[in-house]
Amino acid sequence: MDEMNLEQVTESYFDVLKELGNIGAGNATTALAQLLNCKVDMKVPQVKLLNFNEVGAAMGGEEQIMAGIYLLVEGDITGSIMFLLEVKSARHLVSKLMGTEIEGEDFTDMEISALKEIGNIITGSYLNSLSTLTNLTIYPSVPDLSIDMAGAILSVPAIEFGTLGDQILLIQTQFTDDYDLDGYFILLPDLESYGKILKALGLIS
Amino acid sequence: MGEVIKVGMADLKICISPDSITTLGLGSCVGIALRDPITKIGGLAHIMLPDSTAIRNQTNIYKFADTGIDELVRLMVEKGASKQRMVAKIAGGAQMFAFQNKSDLVRVGERNVEATKSKLKEMGIKILAEDTGNSYGRTVIFYPETGDYYIRAVGKSETVI
Repeated sequence: MDEMNLEQVTESYFDVLKELGNIGAGNATTALAQLLNCKVDMKVPQVKLLNFNEVGAAMGGEEQIMAGIYLLVEGDITGSIMFLLEVKSARHLVSKLMGTEIEGEDFTDMEISALKEIGNIITGSYLNSLSTLTNLTIYPSVPDLSIDMAGAILSVPAIEFGTLGDQILLIQTQFTDDYDLDGYFILLPDLESYGKILKALGLIS
Repeated sequence: MGEVIKVGMADLKICISPDSITTLGLGSCVGIALRDPITKIGGLAHIMLPDSTAIRNQTNIYKFADTGIDELVRLMVEKGASKQRMVAKIAGGAQMFAFQNKSDLVRVGERNVEATKSKLKEMGIKILAEDTGNSYGRTVIFYPETGDYYIRAVGKSETVI
């Protein structure tokens, strides 16, 4: 396992993540509908392997202001998961959850806490499907939130991918309630966890 | 006014006055601006990781503080800049989340800044100014004509160092 070629891992892992992206985002949509108590639709997620300099553009530019929710993952596999959405979408979800009608890009402490909880539920349901599928135990940490330029938030997962290669794997999901929300997942298992996931799925022996 | 040349993540470019050079949304990465005040040749590197020798996959030399600075200086000298006259300004190296991975990537922003400083010192390039650390992203624009390094952040007014 230790001698496994990283490029091979990345290639088969890419296919796995595509499928996980589908199932995970499906679960996340259900969780979101229950949380908001309304109907939420989802489009088929797109899984993209992007060069570092293309990631910002994929989200509407490096200076696009985004809300990024970041959690560490522990248990049978270790690593981290990030969920990003445009600050406008974040505002929409928070207003809907709290029943408030506030405009603008500033969030109160209460709203930040609500946003972290939304991120927690979405990433949690995503990790749940990974855990069910692989039969591996996965514990997410308490979420942390950053509202800043897309490029700056993405530097965190990009640096982690950067220790392995020159690309980043992005899962883009569009949710719709009465409003289209673009959400992005970035799942980052540590190098040794790649193998564990593939093994658990029976893709390598 | 000249053109504005854009540098991406794990990328570097050089430029000559009146052109200017920019990189958008620096987070834990560091934007290293170099300048030869006589020829007005400037350069900007957007590095992601401190040390190329600590990583097995190091094909992209622009990605690391050590190899990125070497390459930026080499390109500027090739264009006619003098290494002896070069001065530097640096920005970025933020910690975007209160916890970041507990592994060796902990405090990567801070380590990027440290690695940048020690590499510049080793090469005898003086750092004139810096805006590093904290927990917010930065967009930077560098003007080789004056050596002004403009820094923008969300919800803050623009600063020049």
